[in-house]
Parts: sequence; C-alpha cells; structure tokens
Amino acid sequence: MPFKFWKHLAIGLSLTVGMSAAHAEKVTVAAAADLKYAMADVVQTFEKAHPNDKIEVIYGSSGKFFTQIQQGAPYDLFYSADIQYPRDLEKAGQAGGKVAPYAFGRIVLWSPVMDASKMTLESLTNPEIKHIAIANPKHAPYGKRAEEALKAVNVWDKVEPKLVYGENISHTAQLVDSGNAQVGILALSLVLTPQMQSKGKYWLIPDNLHDPLEQGYVLTKRGENNAAAKAFAAYMSSPEARAVMTRYGFVLPSSAK
Amino acid sequence: MSLLLTAEDWQTIGLTVKLATTVTFCLFVIGTPIAWWLGRTRSRFKGPVGAVVALPLVLPPSVLGFYLLLAMGPYGFIGHFTNWLGAHSLPFTFWGLVVASVFYSLPFMVQPLQNAFEAIGDKPLEAAATLRASSWDAFFTVALPMALPGFLTGGILTFAHTVGEFGVVLMIGGNLPGETRVASVQIYDHVEAMEYASAHRLSAVMLVFSFVVLLGLYAWRPNPKKA
Repeated sequence: MPFKFWKHLAIGLSLTVGMSAAHAEKVTVAAAADLKYAMADVVQTFEKAHPNDKIEVIYGSSGKFFTQIQQGAPYDLFYSADIQYPRDLEKAGQAGGKVAPYAFGRIVLWSPVMDASKMTLESLTNPEIKHIAIANPKHAPYGKRAEEALKAVNVWDKVEPKLVYGENISHTAQLVDSGNAQVGILALSLVLTPQMQSKGKYWLIPDNLHDPLEQGYVLTKRGENNAAAKAFAAYMSSPEARAVMTRYGFVLPSSAK
Repeated sequence: MSLLLTAEDWQTIGLTVKLATTVTFCLFVIGTPIAWWLGRTRSRFKGPVGAVVALPLVLPPSVLGFYLLLAMGPYGFIGHFTNWLGAHSLPFTFWGLVVASVFYSLPFMVQPLQNAFEAIGDKPLEAAATLRASSWDAFFTVALPMALPGFLTGGILTFAHTVGEFGVVLMIGGNLPGETRVASVQIYDHVEAMEYASAHRLSAVMLVFSFVVLLGLYAWRPNPKKA
C-alpha cells in the first residue's frame, strides 16, 4: 500500500513539474552592470505581456560572465557591455545563436559635488579634484573607453595619479556617489537613473574621443532550446524595449531587428 | 630569480606583507587590552562587547566594505574625524586599508588572547600581588609570558586573515598600484582580464604561503587540547 501511494505521488509530481515546465519557462540572463536599470524596466513590461515566463537577470562585469559561461554557468542569454565577449564565445563554439549588437554605450563626466555639466575632460587637471573614479581599464569596457578619451585630449599623464579604479561601472558610480571621489567617468545609462539624476549633473563625453562601446548579446548553448529566452531576445529589439533603452541614454543600432 | 612573476605581481605581494604586518602590530596594541578586559571582567557588558568583537566573523565583507566606504567618506563620521585632524581621507589609501583590516581581523587577535588570559586564572596574579607586584608589573612579568602562546596564535591568525582579505579591500581600495592593490585584488584582475597564466602563478604563491603558515601554526601546537 505505501509503495503504491509513493509511486502515485511521484508520478503526480513529475507530471505537475513537466506540465508547468511546458507552460512557464524561466530564463536566466547575464547582463552588463550598465544595463541594471534599463533592463529591469524592459523585463517588467515583458513579464506583463508574457505572464507565464519568468526572467531572472544577474548583473555584473562582462568579462566575468564570459569566463563563467565558458565554465558552464547556467545563463540562457548574455548581454555584454563589449560585443567582443559574445563574439569570442561564438568563436569557441559556445554560442546557441548569432551574435548581434543591441546598443552603444556613452560615457559621461559626473559629479555630486561640482557642476559637471560645465566641465570638460581638461577640467580634471584642476588641483581641487583629488580623486577621479573610472572603471578598471584592464578589464571593464567603460574603463577602457575612459582611458582612451583621457589620452585623446592629452590629459592622461596629468590625471593618472588621481585615478581610482572601480571593479565595474556600478562600483565606480558608488565611489563617486559616496563622495569618496569628486568626479567619475560613468555610463550615461547609470547617471540617467532617478537614483543618480537628482544627485548630480553630467557632461557627455564626445564619442569621437574613444572607440565605440558596442554592446552585443548572444544566446548561450544552454538557452538554445529555451523558447522564452528567444522571445525575450526578440522583445529587446521591439519598439517598446528600444524606447526604454533610448530613455536610459543608449544609442541603438539601426540594423537591429 | 623572478619565479616568473612580474614586477607588478611582486609589488602586490610586498604590499600585502606590509599591510598584514602593520595590521598585526596595530592589533597587538589594540587587541591586548580588549582581550584582557574580556578575559577578566565580570561586567554585564562582557557579552555585548564580546559579540561586537566577534561581528566580523559573521558579517559579509560587503557589509563591512559598504559601511566603511560611507563612514570614511567626506560625509561619514570617520571622514569628519580625519578631516578635523587635517589628515587625508582614508579611502584609496594604505592607511584606509589598515583601519578596515583592523576591524576585519579584530576577532582573530582578541579571541585567542582572551582564551589565553582566561586560562591563566586568578591564582598566579594573586600570588604576584602577595609578592607586592603592582598590577602592571604582574601583567608584564606574569600574565604576558604565560599568555605567549595566545599571542603567537593571535598574531599568526591576524596576519594570515589580513593576507586573505579581498572584498573589503576591493570596495574601499580603489585598486591603486603600490598603495591599495594587494595580491588578492591583483589575482582577481588577472582573472577578469583572462590572463589565466598570470593568475595561476600568483595564486600558486598564495596557496603555498597559506599552507606554510597554517602548517607552522598546527605543527607548533601538536596537542590542541592542551593549548
């Protein structure tokens, strides 16, 4: 008797699980730290339209995600801050779809204590400024572009002793936001968030001073057969999602479908 | 002989050793009176103070790093204090890391010392008092020598724990070469930049170092029941 009971329970449970899997799908997205707020908005509207699907987003540095995915991390989609990482995954045969650009990032000068809108990169040599935060150029795409821009206007040598390095772009923003660095070179998408917009002003760094921050995404091998992951990727290039991305200061590739 | 490490790698190792040494020294000075008090007192504050000292054992480094980043910044109370002293603000400096590590490693110094002081008991100190030793005298000539094993354990654990620090340093250090870029952060950067060969070499150095330190600690205390 008890055996039969357990057997029925087991069958019942597996049926329930199997059925719910068929109806609702869970998608795990690894997204660059600069997408933190824009992506949250997009996910919200997507889940409203697809009540059966659950999108879970993990934010972090693109380089770390790249390494993790290579080691079999359970992400279905990878939205990188640098399109190079998804391309390298594709080259290594670890992509479950085609690599495509989804946005271009912009860098800005931002400060909670000075009027950054009246500053330029040359103003950073001002001796009143003791610390300038940028993301670590060694591995963070936003840090690389910041370094390029500072070199392009020939202030790198003067400014370098004042630089402090954030682990990724949102950690860099914290270093400035907490007042420990007076100025930072941050992602436009972060300073346009309500949290930061009220605290300081920004100056948009001309994009001819640095290589483009071309951001790309790819479906991973794991997400290859996840219909919800594909639906979400498609939604990211819908007019609604593009409007959100534009609102957060991303420039969008016109070719994206 | 470079052991295949770059000059930058060696600089991070040197800085790590300097940080751990400074922190160990500071905690000998700060930790001893706290441990002495905790080991001898019957005050009802013993419990709460002991709990505060032990907090860093439980608190995630992110919590400590977050609090320290705000407290040391220009709007924080430590920041106000350093400002008032006319000193530089602490984040992004070596001394900022020292202050952070003193908090972070506090229980690793205080707890072995407290155990050692408690193990002495009242009798030797009472004996010293009957021989007219002042309490300072009794502390330095009786308690300190008897607690020497506790000092060794506390010193080694503090040093080792500071070498193993990562999260707090990453959050408040600003990753400055020669100032706040310690070996653990350098390894993280190597991994992030996908320089796995460099990460392997420096990691191997850390692994061997940690093993030797712990081996020394356990070999020196063959019978832990007695200690």
